[in-house]
Amino acid sequence: MKRLTGFWAFTLLLVLLPIVFPDNYYVTVVGGTALMNAILAVGLNLLMGYAGQISLGHAAFFGIGAYASAILTTRYGWNPWPAMSAGLALTGVLAFLVARPILRLKGHYLAMATLGLGIIVHIILVQTEGLTGGPDGLSDIPGLAIFGWAVDSDLRWYIVMAVTLLLVLWLALNIIASRSGRALRALHGSEIAAEMMGIDTTATKTGVFVIAALSASLAGSLFAHQQSFISPDSFSFFFSIELVTMVVLGGMASTFGAIFGAVVLTFLPELLVVFEDYEVMIFGAILMLMMIFLPQGLFVSGQQLLRRLLARRATGTAKEGSHGAA
Amino acid sequence: MFDQILQFLLTGVTVGATYALVALGFAIIYNASDVVNFAQGEFVMMGAMSAVALSAGDGGLPLLPSLALAVLITIGVGILLQRFAIAPAHGASVVTTIIITIGASIFLRGVALLLWGKDIFALPHFSGETPLHIGNATLLPQNLWVMGGAALMVIGVHLFFNHTTQGKAILACACNRTAASLVGINVGMMMLVAYGLSAFLGAMAGILVTPITFTSYDAGVMLGLKGFSAAILGGMGNPMGAVAGGLLLGLIESLAAGLISSGYKDAIGFVILLLVLFFRPSGLFGRASAERV
Repeated sequence: MKRLTGFWAFTLLLVLLPIVFPDNYYVTVVGGTALMNAILAVGLNLLMGYAGQISLGHAAFFGIGAYASAILTTRYGWNPWPAMSAGLALTGVLAFLVARPILRLKGHYLAMATLGLGIIVHIILVQTEGLTGGPDGLSDIPGLAIFGWAVDSDLRWYIVMAVTLLLVLWLALNIIASRSGRALRALHGSEIAAEMMGIDTTATKTGVFVIAALSASLAGSLFAHQQSFISPDSFSFFFSIELVTMVVLGGMASTFGAIFGAVVLTFLPELLVVFEDYEVMIFGAILMLMMIFLPQGLFVSGQQLLRRLLARRATGTAKEGSHGAA
Repeated sequence: MFDQILQFLLTGVTVGATYALVALGFAIIYNASDVVNFAQGEFVMMGAMSAVALSAGDGGLPLLPSLALAVLITIGVGILLQRFAIAPAHGASVVTTIIITIGASIFLRGVALLLWGKDIFALPHFSGETPLHIGNATLLPQNLWVMGGAALMVIGVHLFFNHTTQGKAILACACNRTAASLVGINVGMMMLVAYGLSAFLGAMAGILVTPITFTSYDAGVMLGLKGFSAAILGGMGNPMGAVAGGLLLGLIESLAAGLISSGYKDAIGFVILLLVLFFRPSGLFGRASAERV
C-alpha cells in the first residue's frame, strides 16, 4: 500500500489539473507533451538510473515506433492499433538483437555505441525516402479512436497520454520492487558481485533495455498519431540527449524524479521563449548550473532537503523534550 | 578508378586530420580529468567563428593576428570551462559531467548564435586557391595546410607529454591525483593546462579547415561527435590512438561517400565503429581494462 502512495497521489494530480485549469494551454498542450516525454523518461530511467547503463540513442526507438505507425497507416492503410503493435514488435526484436553486443560495453564506450546507434537510425530515416518521405517527413497520419471515442481534442490527448504514463509508471514501480528490480540495482552496484550471487546479468540488462525501448516505441506511436505529421528532426541525437537530461535532471534512480525532469525540460523552453535570442544561451546555462550545484538531480535533492528539514525539526523537539525531563 | 581512389584518399586524410585534432583534444581532457568533454566541437566552432569575426569587414584585422587572437580567445574559453563548470563538479558521476559539458556546448552555441547569427561564414585560403595536381587527382594548398598543421601539432603534443616536466605532470595527475599533489604537482593548474591545450587544438583545427568547409554557429556539433567517435575508435586512454582513429574515420567516410553513397557516409562510419567496439570493446589501440573487485 505504502509503496504505491506516490502513484495514487500522482494519479490524483493528473485528474485534478485539467479540472482546476480547464482549457489551459499549459495543462493540456504543453502538459500533454510533458506526459509523453515522461513515458520516455520513466522507461529510460529503468535502464540508466536503476541498471546504470547509459543510452545516448534512445530517440531511435521513439522514432521507430513513430515511423512504424506512420508508414503502416498512411502507406498501407492499416488501422492505428495493429500498426502500433507492429511498431512495438519491431522495436522489441531490434532492441533484443542489439542489446547483447552493446551492453557488453561499459562507460564511455557504451555511451558512444548507443550514440552511434541513434545516429544510424536517424540517417536511415532521412535516406530511405521511398518509405519515410526523407527529410520532408510523413503527413496526414490518422488520429486515434478508442472504441469509437475519437481522440480529437487537446484534452482527450492529455487523457490518453496520462493513462499511458500511469500504466508505464505502474509497471516500472512494480518492476523496481520485484526480484528483477533488485537484480538491476545489484548489477548497478557491481556487475561481478551480482553475477556471484547468481544473477544472470546479461539477461537482466537485455530485459531492461527491451522494456525501455518498448516504452519509447509506444510513446513514438502516440506522438505520430497526435501530431499527424512527423519528420526525422524529432528523432535526432538532440532528442536523445534531452531524454538523458530529463532522467539526470530529476535524479537518477528516482521514477518520480524522471517524470519531474521531463516536466521541467518540457516547460523550460516554453518559459524561455520570452528571452528570444538569448533562449539557447540561457537554456545551456541553466542546464550547467543545475548539474553543477545539484548533481543528485532536482527531485532527489529536493527530497533530501525536505527530509533534512523534517529530521532537524524532529531532533529539535526531542531535545526540548529531554530538557523538560531533566 | 585509381585516380578516383587517390582523390578520395587525399580528401579522407584532410578530413581525418581535423577529426584527429578534435579526438586528440578529447583524449587529453579524458586522460587528465576522466571527463568526456562534449563541448570539444564547440572549441572548433569558437576558433573558426572568432577568426572570421575578427578578420571580417573593412575594419577587420589582417589574417594572421586575427587567427592568433581567435586561438587565444578559444584557449580562454577552455580554461573558463574547466575553472567554472568542471572543477566545481569534481567527483560527480560520468553522466552528470557529460550533461554539464553538453550544457556548456549548448551555452557556447547560444553565445555564437547571439553574436553572429545563423549565417555560414568562410575564411580566405591561406596561400591561394590554385589546385595542385598529383597524377589526375587535385589538391588545394589549404589541404596541405590542414595535413601539415595537424601533423606538427600531433608531434608537438607527443613531445609535450613525453619530454617536458609539465606534460609528465599532467600524466601524473591522470594516474593518481592524490599522489600527484603529494609530490608537489599543482593539480588544479595542470587541469587548466590540459583544457587550454585541448581548446588550442580545437581552435587550430577550426581555423585550418574553415577555408575549405566553411563554418557556422552549429558547426561544432557534428565535429564534436566525429572527434568523440575517433577517440573511441582509437581507444580513449591513448592519445596517439585517438589520432589514428581520426585519420581512419576520415578515410572510411571519404571512401564510403565516394564508392558507396554520400548520404550514408556518416552511417557507414558509425556502423564500422560499432563493429570495432563489438570485437574490441576498448577500441583499436586501447588496452583492455580489467575490473577490480
